[in-house]
Amino acid sequence: MGKPKVKKMLFILSKSTLDSVYATFIMANGARAEGIECEIFFTFFGLDVIHKKRMKDIHIATVGNPGLHIPNIVGGLPGVEHLVSKMMMKQMEKLDIPPVDEFLEILSASGVKLWACKLAMEMFNLEREDLIDEVDGILTVGDFYTRMDDQNIHVLFV
Amino acid sequence: MEKVLAGQTVQVDQEGYLIDPNQWNEEIARAIAAEEGIELTPRHMAVVKWIRETALSGKPLSIRTVKKSGVVDIKEFYQLFPGGPLKLSTKIAGVSKPKSCL
Repeated sequence: MGKPKVKKMLFILSKSTLDSVYATFIMANGARAEGIECEIFFTFFGLDVIHKKRMKDIHIATVGNPGLHIPNIVGGLPGVEHLVSKMMMKQMEKLDIPPVDEFLEILSASGVKLWACKLAMEMFNLEREDLIDEVDGILTVGDFYTRMDDQNIHVLFV
Repeated sequence: MEKVLAGQTVQVDQEGYLIDPNQWNEEIARAIAAEEGIELTPRHMAVVKWIRETALSGKPLSIRTVKKSGVVDIKEFYQLFPGGPLKLSTKIAGVSKPKSCL
C-alpha cells in the first residue's frame, strides 16, 4: 500500500439526509487524514447542512427509505422520523462520530474548504449571514470548476 | 522485518511502524520523523508523547480525540504533521497505525 495518488477530492452534497451528510463528512475527513486535499460544495438541500439554524435538524428519511426496513406507513407516523434519527445519532455518539456542527468545525480546521452554491442560495433566498462562519465562500458552477485546477482531482456527487 | 534506526535495530511492519512500542525512544522518533521529512521540535514531541500515552492506554485515536486532547488543536496538528497527521504521529510515536475510519 503506497501513498494515495489522488491529489484532491471534491464532493458535491445536494441532500440533507443524515446518511448522505455523514457519508460525505467521513469520506472528506478520511481524505485529509491521508494527506489528500478536499473541498465540499453544498447545493440544493445540502445547503441546510451549513445553515446556522437548519443544521440542527438534520435527520434520516423514514419514508421511502428501503434501507430502514420499516413500512412507509409506519415511517410516516408522527414522531417516527425524530425517534429513528435520535437513535441513530446515539449510536454514532457511541462510536465517537461528532454531531454535524462539531464535524463541520473539525473539517474546516483540517483544511477542508466549504463552499455554498450561489444559485441554490438565490433559490432558497439565503444570505451569507444565514450560513455558518466556517463557510469559505459562495461559488458559481464556473467558480467550482476552477477548483479542478490540476490532474488527479476527483468529483463525487452525493 | 528488522530495521536500523538511530543506530539501534528495531522490528517494524511493512509500513515502517514499530511492532514493539517498548523499543521506542526519542532518538528513534527523530529518525522516523526525519524519514518522513519532519524535524521534531518540542511541540512535535509534546504531541508525540500524548499520542503515545493515549494509544498505549488502549484509547482509540481519532481526529476528535485530538480535538479534545488539550495538547494540540486540529489546525496545529495538520501543520506539525502535514500529509496525514494521525498516520505520521503514530508512526513517530512508535505505536500502531490507527484502524478507525475517523
